[in-house]
Amino acid sequence: MSDRVRLHGRGGKLAANLRARSRARAAVRAFFDARGYLEVDTPQLVPSPGVEVHLDAFEVLGADAPRFLITSPEYQMKRLIAGGLGNVYQLCHCFRRDELGALHQPEFTMLEWYRVDAGMADVVADTEALVAHVATAMHGAPTLPGPTGTMDVSPPWDRLTVRDAFRRFAGVEVDSLLRDEARFFETLVTDIEPKLGVERPTVLYAYPAQMASLARLSPEDPTVAERFEVYVRGIELANGFGELTDAEEQRTRCEADLAKRARLGKPPYPLDERFLAALREGMPSSGGVALGFDRLVMLLLGEPVIDDVVAIPERAL
Amino acid sequence: MYDAEKVRKGLKLLIDNQPYLIVDFQYVKPGKGQAFTRMKIRNMITGQVLEKTYKSGERLAPADMEERQMQYLYREGDKFVFMDTTSYEQFFLEEGQVEDVKGYLIDNLPVSVLFFSGRAIGVTPPIFVELKVAETEPGFKGDTTSNVLKAAKMETGMSVQVPLFVNEGEILKIDTRTGEYVERVKK
Repeated sequence: MSDRVRLHGRGGKLAANLRARSRARAAVRAFFDARGYLEVDTPQLVPSPGVEVHLDAFEVLGADAPRFLITSPEYQMKRLIAGGLGNVYQLCHCFRRDELGALHQPEFTMLEWYRVDAGMADVVADTEALVAHVATAMHGAPTLPGPTGTMDVSPPWDRLTVRDAFRRFAGVEVDSLLRDEARFFETLVTDIEPKLGVERPTVLYAYPAQMASLARLSPEDPTVAERFEVYVRGIELANGFGELTDAEEQRTRCEADLAKRARLGKPPYPLDERFLAALREGMPSSGGVALGFDRLVMLLLGEPVIDDVVAIPERAL
Repeated sequence: MYDAEKVRKGLKLLIDNQPYLIVDFQYVKPGKGQAFTRMKIRNMITGQVLEKTYKSGERLAPADMEERQMQYLYREGDKFVFMDTTSYEQFFLEEGQVEDVKGYLIDNLPVSVLFFSGRAIGVTPPIFVELKVAETEPGFKGDTTSNVLKAAKMETGMSVQVPLFVNEGEILKIDTRTGEYVERVKK
């Protein structure tokens, strides 16, 4: 299909959506700028794309040393806050192999921010305020459009622990699924995610310690991590942590993830020693959030497919 | 074999020894979790529609399906005889295998026959067939406008609702997708 038809067909829907996307981006920047966050742009070509078990990166040829496209800017942004830069945010493209669907593009736009001397509750509050701010900038009120009527997104949103979500929507104890990770995720995507954020956005939190990723364990209950996910209309919009700042614990988790990748036959990635060194030097207690900006635009416009909110989706390349 | 992550609509899969057609699919993946493909699949023999979720990387077996162009020759006892129009090979199908289309089978009718693991599982006739009326109440001349219908038994034994003006011996065009009368054919 020609780009003229793609942009201006269907009543000019894509062209209009791209104008709306630009307004949403401006509103995001205004939100963080007004709160004293510094906008940064960290490298997208990095020596380690992260070692998470279920994220596969693109390796880039042509460099002297191994280089990958980022799957998120997390390591680089954490180095900046460990270095003492204070609160930072970034809107950047991230790259994840084999991710393609109604909610996925292999190249997508991430909004990521870190707030120092803060914890999970502070960045949950940031997320609520951000979405309400951008929705108001777009629609004049903190609401999202949708097929079943508009949704009020003013804070505070609903909160639900992972344990309660598995009990309520799947009738199972999450602990019984943790020995078989595939069953945990299958239950999550089949029985739980579609039910989350239906009336109001939902903050799913208190993830089992095994699913902590780069979050610290809760000081009150070390069986759960200070990790949360925001769901709106069944769509996973954001993931946030009370950040893990302990370098040794971080190294142990990275090595465990790498061992798991090896068991699953996935490519190994290098450990990012400079990131670990930054944690050793001392990272302030902080909270961080990664939010899928394309999905935010989808929700703001009531679009069900990511292709309709990005300039040139994968299938039109 | 197909990778669960790389499927598309229209692929035919073999699941529990049954052929299934993928009618819809969706890629789902939690940001920090495993990827799945959720599929809506239709059993090509029973028509039953199921939802299935597969892990990415899971291998799915293709169903061995083949569509062959044939001609219906004649009925021999309880067997229906078809001929492959390319190889001239003859096939004998049981009445149960042609049940849905039996009423359209007139000699020399071109059909396509779907084979699964070497077994014919479906016969598809052309969209329109022309059948002769074997029995019906006498027609009312001139009544070409009214919407009232009557039953007519065709030469193949199938019953079709037809307008009042239709007479025995006339040729009718029938839509095989619905089994409905379309028009009279002047011969």
